[in-house]
Amino acid sequence: MEKFLYLFRGGENNAHDMRDNNLSPEEMQTQMQKWMTWMKALGEKGILVGGEPLQVTGKQVTGTKKVVTDGPFIEAKEIVGGYLIVNAKNIDEAVEISKGCPVLEADGKIEVRPIQSMEM
Amino acid sequence: MSSEKNNDVHKIVDHLFRHEAGKMVSVLTRIFGFKNIEQAEDVVQDTILKALEAWKFGKVPDNPQAWLYRAAKNKAIDVLRRQQLKYKIDSDISYLLKSEYTLAPALNEMFTENEIKDSQLRMMFACCNASFTQEVQITLMLKTLCGLSVKEIGKAFLSNEETIQKRIYRTREKIREENITLDYPGADAMTQRTDAVLKTLYLLFNEGYHSSHPEKLIREDLCEEAMRLCLLLIENPKTNLPQTNALLALMCYHVSRFGARLDDKGLIILLKDQNRNQWNKFLIEKGNEYLSYSAVGNVVHDFHLEASIASIYANATSYENTNWKLILGMYDNLLSRTNNPMVAINRAVVLGEAEGYNKAITELEKLKTCTENCYYNTSLAEMYMKVGDKETARKIFGKALELTSSNAEIELIRRKIKMCS
Repeated sequence: MEKFLYLFRGGENNAHDMRDNNLSPEEMQTQMQKWMTWMKALGEKGILVGGEPLQVTGKQVTGTKKVVTDGPFIEAKEIVGGYLIVNAKNIDEAVEISKGCPVLEADGKIEVRPIQSMEM
Repeated sequence: MSSEKNNDVHKIVDHLFRHEAGKMVSVLTRIFGFKNIEQAEDVVQDTILKALEAWKFGKVPDNPQAWLYRAAKNKAIDVLRRQQLKYKIDSDISYLLKSEYTLAPALNEMFTENEIKDSQLRMMFACCNASFTQEVQITLMLKTLCGLSVKEIGKAFLSNEETIQKRIYRTREKIREENITLDYPGADAMTQRTDAVLKTLYLLFNEGYHSSHPEKLIREDLCEEAMRLCLLLIENPKTNLPQTNALLALMCYHVSRFGARLDDKGLIILLKDQNRNQWNKFLIEKGNEYLSYSAVGNVVHDFHLEASIASIYANATSYENTNWKLILGMYDNLLSRTNNPMVAINRAVVLGEAEGYNKAITELEKLKTCTENCYYNTSLAEMYMKVGDKETARKIFGKALELTSSNAEIELIRRKIKMCS
């Protein structure tokens, strides 16, 4: 088993899209229920290692001078809205599993990255 | 780990977001003032969105409601501070929002259970303000108190989003122009204003119960919302009038038949042919309970009569064992108070069961203004069928067929026509 990182971008993490689409409370609840159902399934199958949603604000610390700036300040769609770590046999399986994620239904995207193992 | 997650999923009850959105819009509109309702709705949308983002990975707080209220309060305080909205607002608590000493405590107070209910009541009265048309009243109720989006309201009324959006836009202008507020009606106007709210709830309920909307779920949602708001009126002594109880009784009786009204293919089953075991006994008992509470005072409201009629139907052991004479008496009474043609049609049908179908035909033929109504024609055709005049029945069913666009009704009438040949 290998570990993989999912980075979520866009989808319903994007508050502006939500407002433009005028999602109703009921629709947002349905959306959330889908996430919970998906996460629960991952948990029960032993796939889920962990993960958290991220707030859209933050700081950036850069370079040798350790310059601190506010926020990611990139296009809202490109902000990482959350991450998960999952167990999978290989990258293909990790990609297959990610296809069930509700972020895709909201037209978001998932970056699937193998986590570098220390045992080479 | 997995069982813990399971619990989390179940902590989110049905329609939590929608119902809490309705409560929060009422509270925040009371704080910001009716003319600033858009700001209130924005705060609520942000709050729900924040909940979605924070909870979706499966970690729901122990008390989701309290979490939402805390988030809404913080957001509202931000808005009040940042936008200096506090200087433009005129609500009954605006003086408390002008100082940091009272701002946060005032908001905390507004989000307590009693104050939430109070805000919802004020909002109900405001939505049913006499300067709004009946259509606007229902739309406003669904938008502000029930947490439905413009899209969902459009869907419920088989209308397009744009129409509803325009209606809401014009209403907001009217609120500002006429300076309509969320104040409580005075004691002298309380009964009259409550009656106006009840009438709107009745229409909202009927929209769900009688509409030919293809989606059963949407119809049931409208009925459920109407009942929820009616229950709120009952919980407050000021609005807990006999007619409030009668209306809720009527709703309970009607909804008790929801499960038996359609077959598995979605086709309509008429009262006569419904399986009474599928009627919801609990709701019928609730109906009986509220009907008994409604029997106080000396004013007979239309809802008393309608609920009593529904109660006889709901409590009869079979169609044949229904006390038609008693129902007829109530319809006579109801008809003498209203010139509603639907009441006249229903009364004629009951007359048929009580005193003979030929009498019903004579009465129905007199209702000249109803001849373009689908229900009128199916009722008349049914009576002709019962007296054995299949030829005439078939012709009239044919006319009814042209007067409906509901697939379920078309199918029902087609079956009837087949029975006439």
